[in-house]
Amino acid sequence: MTPRVRRVVFLVAAGALAGVLAWGFGGLPRFGTFDGAYGQILNHVAVPQRHITDVVAAVNFDYRGFDTLGEEFIFFAAVLGVALILRTQRGEHAGHLADHATGRAVPPTSDAVRVLGLLLTPPAVLFSIYVVTHGHLTPGGGFQGGVILATGVLLIYLAGEFDDLHGLYTEPALERGAAVGVAGYVAIGLLGMAAGTAFLDNVLPLGRLGSIFSAGTVPLINLSVGLEIAAGLVLLLTNFLHQTIVIRPVVGRSA
Amino acid sequence: MSVLAYGVPIWLLVVGLYGIVTSRNLLHQIISLSVVQASTSVLLLTVGFRAGAAAPVFADIPATRPAVDPVVQALSLTDAVVGATVSALLLAVAVQVHKRTGTLDPDALRRRPER
Repeated sequence: MTPRVRRVVFLVAAGALAGVLAWGFGGLPRFGTFDGAYGQILNHVAVPQRHITDVVAAVNFDYRGFDTLGEEFIFFAAVLGVALILRTQRGEHAGHLADHATGRAVPPTSDAVRVLGLLLTPPAVLFSIYVVTHGHLTPGGGFQGGVILATGVLLIYLAGEFDDLHGLYTEPALERGAAVGVAGYVAIGLLGMAAGTAFLDNVLPLGRLGSIFSAGTVPLINLSVGLEIAAGLVLLLTNFLHQTIVIRPVVGRSA
Repeated sequence: MSVLAYGVPIWLLVVGLYGIVTSRNLLHQIISLSVVQASTSVLLLTVGFRAGAAAPVFADIPATRPAVDPVVQALSLTDAVVGATVSALLLAVAVQVHKRTGTLDPDALRRRPER
């Protein structure tokens, strides 16, 4: 199929798809008038029932906590998959550390990037801790905070050299961190069964509404998710960086 | 307003698919898939919106204040996480494809047997 024919076929199909979607969306409630019972009930009961102020976190880590456990395992499996796909292949070896680009010289890091990276890293790390630990009170949580923490590590790489990251962590430590994060979520779920109720039931003391020690299991789950996401993302990052900085074709063989 | 609110996800879906179908580069194709995936986030947030309502976070507003739907917001978090993992896996595959074949053009890949 030539690109031109492909484009024509697509435009016809896409027009039909857009038409059917517009027809379907026409049957939905008008924008701004949604009145789904489940969400509105949660908005009313979550605060008194669970002593939690962020109802989105209550849905994710309490009322639908089991679904989020699945989501966490999706992320974990994807990190494993990337590590597997990007492992040192046949015909490759781990070379000495050096930035490398095909067909061009790698420019040195500018002073502006170095200074900005150094200035931004401490606030990024501090902010990530705040976002993880306050996930049950204000917008945020383990997923968001974990991503911000991994951004802090990326800033260190951008401002310095790949070598600088080696003083921060080792790959086995990251792998253990991600595994402990996932296992921690399951362990918190088992607390409910140990207490004689259901898996992931919120059985811990609920505390005073609005306090950092409140909402029972939710802040603990946020901590374990934060650990899993931060460790997993840094592991992803390391795997991609290895492709350009460490892994080299064996000389004398085509890649 | 309804037309715009529901039109944006349709547009994102179709324009992202156009990017995937006509793409000449795997990286561009993966980003096009992210555009397709953004349409579901926009649709979820659109569906859950209530006029004049606050965010479903009762840290500094009275618990009786009307708030938008928290369930779709929780779903859009799932959406973001799954989208990021799909992109990461596809990018890893693209790295290996480029190493083996020396190209990222999907059409060239079909013509060129693996080295």
